[in-house]
Amino acid sequence: MEQPASAYFMEERHDPNETHTLTVLVANEPGVLARVIGLFSGRGYNIESLTVSETESHKHVSRITIVTTGTPMVITQIKHQLDRMIPVHRVVDMTLTGRSIERELAMVKLRGTGEHRVEALRLAEAFRARVIDATIESFVFEITGNTGKINQFIDLMRPLGLVEISRTGVAAISRGPEGM
Amino acid sequence: MSDSKPHDPNQMTGAAMIVRALADHGVKHIFGYPGGAVLPIYDEIYQQSEVEHILVRHEQGAGHAAEGYARSTGLPGVVLVTSGPGATNMVTPLADALMDSIPLVCITGQVPTHLIGNDAFQECDTVGITRPCTKHNWLVRDVNDLAKVLHEAFYVATTGRPGPVVVDVPKDVQFATGTYHPPRKSDVHISYAPRVKGDANAIRKAVSLLAGARKPIIYSGGGVINSGLAASKLLRELVEVTGFPITSTLMGLGAYPASGPNWLGMLGMHGTYEANMAMHDCDVMLCVGARFDDRITGRTDAFSPNSKKIHIDIDPSSINKNIRVDIPIIGDCGNVLGDILQVFKSEAKKPDTKDWWKTIATWRARNSLAYKKNDDVILPQYAIQRLFEATRGHDTYITTEVGQHQMWAAQFFGFEEPHRWMTSGGLGTMGYGLPAALGVQVAHPDSLVIDIGGDASVQMTMQEMSAAVQHELPIKIFILNNQYMGMVRQWQQLLHGNRLSHSYSEALPDFVKLAEAYGGVGFQCSKPGDLDGALQEMIKVKKPVLFDCRVAALENCFPMIPSGKAHNEMLLPLEANDEATAAAFAGGKALV
Repeated sequence: MEQPASAYFMEERHDPNETHTLTVLVANEPGVLARVIGLFSGRGYNIESLTVSETESHKHVSRITIVTTGTPMVITQIKHQLDRMIPVHRVVDMTLTGRSIERELAMVKLRGTGEHRVEALRLAEAFRARVIDATIESFVFEITGNTGKINQFIDLMRPLGLVEISRTGVAAISRGPEGM
Repeated sequence: MSDSKPHDPNQMTGAAMIVRALADHGVKHIFGYPGGAVLPIYDEIYQQSEVEHILVRHEQGAGHAAEGYARSTGLPGVVLVTSGPGATNMVTPLADALMDSIPLVCITGQVPTHLIGNDAFQECDTVGITRPCTKHNWLVRDVNDLAKVLHEAFYVATTGRPGPVVVDVPKDVQFATGTYHPPRKSDVHISYAPRVKGDANAIRKAVSLLAGARKPIIYSGGGVINSGLAASKLLRELVEVTGFPITSTLMGLGAYPASGPNWLGMLGMHGTYEANMAMHDCDVMLCVGARFDDRITGRTDAFSPNSKKIHIDIDPSSINKNIRVDIPIIGDCGNVLGDILQVFKSEAKKPDTKDWWKTIATWRARNSLAYKKNDDVILPQYAIQRLFEATRGHDTYITTEVGQHQMWAAQFFGFEEPHRWMTSGGLGTMGYGLPAALGVQVAHPDSLVIDIGGDASVQMTMQEMSAAVQHELPIKIFILNNQYMGMVRQWQQLLHGNRLSHSYSEALPDFVKLAEAYGGVGFQCSKPGDLDGALQEMIKVKKPVLFDCRVAALENCFPMIPSGKAHNEMLLPLEANDEATAAAFAGGKALV
């Protein structure tokens, strides 16, 4: 790469990006989500998906699940940067543990009549999606699964009159009897 | 009388709690500027004598003064400013302190809680604005949380990797009455537990690497200074026990004495040739409390290619951020150095580094800090050397602004002790040095405190001369006046075809008259032969001084690692003729 006239060295990085799912346990206090998100935007990290909710109210602990992409060095940085924040209890790289289950929920609205309606219902059954709202010209399906399954379902619904999608983002938990 | 309840001494207003907490944390001085949202706290300050308040002229000055205070004492610097513009003016010092790991506790006033979010007069989202430039911050909405938050703020600022914190206190919380408690352990988040002790296994591995080294180097940084005097002592002992050469970052100067036999000088972009060459060619590198910053490494893919690297840092996020290391040790520098020394002394012998020192001697012989003597104009390097000589035997503290003068100060002023050198390293804040000197002088009233500045930088925070006069702080502002933003001009010359876009200091003030206008003393010197005498006069003055030292206008700061180059591709001063410079920067194309 031609170096421009700069006080900084511009370096090309060739390491391939990886996708990792991180679980972050934080003290549930005002501004904590802003701190986490601000870290990602401020340092130029990616957020592919983010879910957050209080999980242990008696301990004031919230659980944030973040799906992020980056080179292995950047992923390590993200974990360290998260871990050093004052209200962060723990950061676990679910991808590295290799023992995590990941799910998200999507609600998918379709509009249509006749053949398309029948086909949509048939596919929904194959994907174990439930009908949670119906009119004579529309359905809302609820589907849970990993990101790939939901993407696939949405792709199949597209030509059948897809109107709108709402997704929760990924939540993750480890397999087996142990907690994190 | 009989029906009155016994008075609970821990019941007090929020404003009183703040002053009480400062006293409980041993704070003797705070720097600040009053305003609407902190008036209750100023009222409390007025009615007590434990904590002395230093009034500045601009909140940024308060922040840098607190930084200077903190760096020269190892204690946290404390700042009190009002809401809105008071808080936003503090952003630069907070970012500066975060970059350089300086413990600051900044208390900001805020509009009353019921007005937050209403765009009230002098309202800003202080915690939102300062979140990315603090180690942590708090908005206190309930007076009964205030004591806990204040104690946690001091703890967070001063432990682990030190840094700035902000406590934002709405005015109604300052007025409200609640219960105060002295500092206790439960005030701190259980999730905050910085690691102090290094992993014994990693330390053992590190020692065996050090013991087997043939071409070792110790590369130390600001973390050693932050760790406290004991860490510097241990570092010196390690150098003596191992016989290793040592270099240091800008932030780490003074941890090992500049007069020490193993000292190679500072490393990095404007470091010495021997330090950078030794970094490049070493086989074992021990990095203590430094962070492989881009001013240090040059091009990272050619950084010290054949060495095994040991990295001691209290912040895990510093590890493998820029440079991959072989043995990371998370822990406090002093603590880990102590353990390394103990293991080294019991299990290892001093490695044979004779050949390595011979190689280093050939690099030293290149004399990378040399400059051509001049009897007609003062060269900036000469000015720093003479200032250093003039201050020998004095109890001296040096602060700097940012630019060429800063690099020359780092190269030519020899620091023998830690906490004597206050400079803005990470953020590179022009205007840091003058208020920082003010803070240092508050902490060390009888010492000689000198800000080495440039004509452009000092004008950024010049107003604090007024604070220096008010508080009778005899700071000496030694201005290397080359009538340019020298470092900007140097880069424009080297990289932008010498098109000196807006880097000339047009319409400079008469610094002598300016000093007098403030009630201080002004000096001007432009002849090398007059310099020593003028410096002696300056040191004698017991008032704030502006010393206008007229230096050669177009001198460049060398040696230098050009951008995109490695440590072994330095440009040396006496070899930096036009052709060599052009070749060195050829990648930039600007000169060809």
